[in-house]
Amino acid sequence: MRQLLKRAVLTLAMAALLGGCATTTNKDPLEGFNRTVFAFNEGLDTVLIRPAAKGYETILPSMARTGVINFFGNVADVFIAVNNLLQGKPADAVGDAARFIFNSTFGIFGIFDVASEMGLEKHEEDFGQTFGRWGVGPGAYVVVPVFGPRDVRDTVGLVVDLTVDPVGNVGHVPTRNTLTALRMASDRAALLPADKIIEEAALDKYSYLRDAYLQRRRNLVYDGRPPREPDTD
Amino acid sequence: MKRLFAMLAGLLVTAGAVAQEIAPDTLVRNVSNDVLEIVRKDKDIQSGNTRKAVELADAKVLPHFNFAHMTKLAVGKDWRQANPAQQKILIDEFRSLLVRTYSKALTEYRNQTIDFKPLKMQPADTDVIVRTLVNQPGSKPVQIDYNLEKTDQGWKVYDIIVGGISLVTNYRGSFAQEISAGGIDGLIATLRTKNKSGDVPVAQKQ
Repeated sequence: MRQLLKRAVLTLAMAALLGGCATTTNKDPLEGFNRTVFAFNEGLDTVLIRPAAKGYETILPSMARTGVINFFGNVADVFIAVNNLLQGKPADAVGDAARFIFNSTFGIFGIFDVASEMGLEKHEEDFGQTFGRWGVGPGAYVVVPVFGPRDVRDTVGLVVDLTVDPVGNVGHVPTRNTLTALRMASDRAALLPADKIIEEAALDKYSYLRDAYLQRRRNLVYDGRPPREPDTD
Repeated sequence: MKRLFAMLAGLLVTAGAVAQEIAPDTLVRNVSNDVLEIVRKDKDIQSGNTRKAVELADAKVLPHFNFAHMTKLAVGKDWRQANPAQQKILIDEFRSLLVRTYSKALTEYRNQTIDFKPLKMQPADTDVIVRTLVNQPGSKPVQIDYNLEKTDQGWKVYDIIVGGISLVTNYRGSFAQEISAGGIDGLIATLRTKNKSGDVPVAQKQ
């Protein structure tokens, strides 16, 4: 199943690469395809993912939800360290490794984020950002089934992320499935307050999310200090 | 007598100048803390009373925004295609949209706290970025930055950047789409419809 998913995502990335080149005038050459997948994802969200997230939010009190976020955040720190190293940021990588060690021990398997309280800042890195740092341009905007907004570069990054994902590599299948579902519910629940705000703010939800995604990725590649795009006057 | 008068005049001028010269980071800090204090105590707003949230936004927050500049930036190169009447309508409608969105965000308040990052600016600067970090229990912290410019009426916000996403740049995409579909009037119509729909009352125009 996972192999199939990864292969599908990779094929999608190849198709996007061949099928559409983003130019400065058109950042969304695959718009027709993307809108279709977006509609599918919205449907999936309405029917399956959002109700699961709401149920999760109802069952688990706030402190427990923080614990879950911290647990998966801790797991993620391992490859955040790897990505920081690959991007030539050894100091940050050492910080991430230290976070992982402290949180796994004093933080009891990562449930308590003691490292942040010690002043070790949490970073956000993935393989898409690493490729960006290496100079790979984002390529066309792609909406990936289930996973949602990406660009071509980040779709390839997603495949790598999925391959190395520690949760995905857990041998015992029922445990792996439970952890995956838990992480998905936790991530989605954290975004529930944003739903209402996007409802209010967006003229067209598809293009609003697309523009937000492209901006945010640019921001992440530059670690919060992107060069400001020229304002037309 | 004359000297006393001159001294008093001098004091008044200085006081007036000081009142205008609130530093941008102090401004952001004061307004943010003010608003959070009020929302923290107001159970009505927290349970979704958007009318009260809009009143709060109107009173405390909006006076510090330069909506004309924000609208001009969001509309982008097509701003010159609009005549002054259309421009005024665009500013009003965009302002309503932003107020309603902001007020909706206020009703989602769940015990957030804010870290204000130190501001590095030169005395002669007229365009600064004030950076803050909003901590939310049960969620990851969110970076919120404010672009402020110096005007005759003090520092005014002309863009907000949430998690790396600039409000103005994001709307630029949406607005460009509406304009290529239906021109400036098409954009105005869409904004009007959007502002009339939903459960948030349109802000009082000043």
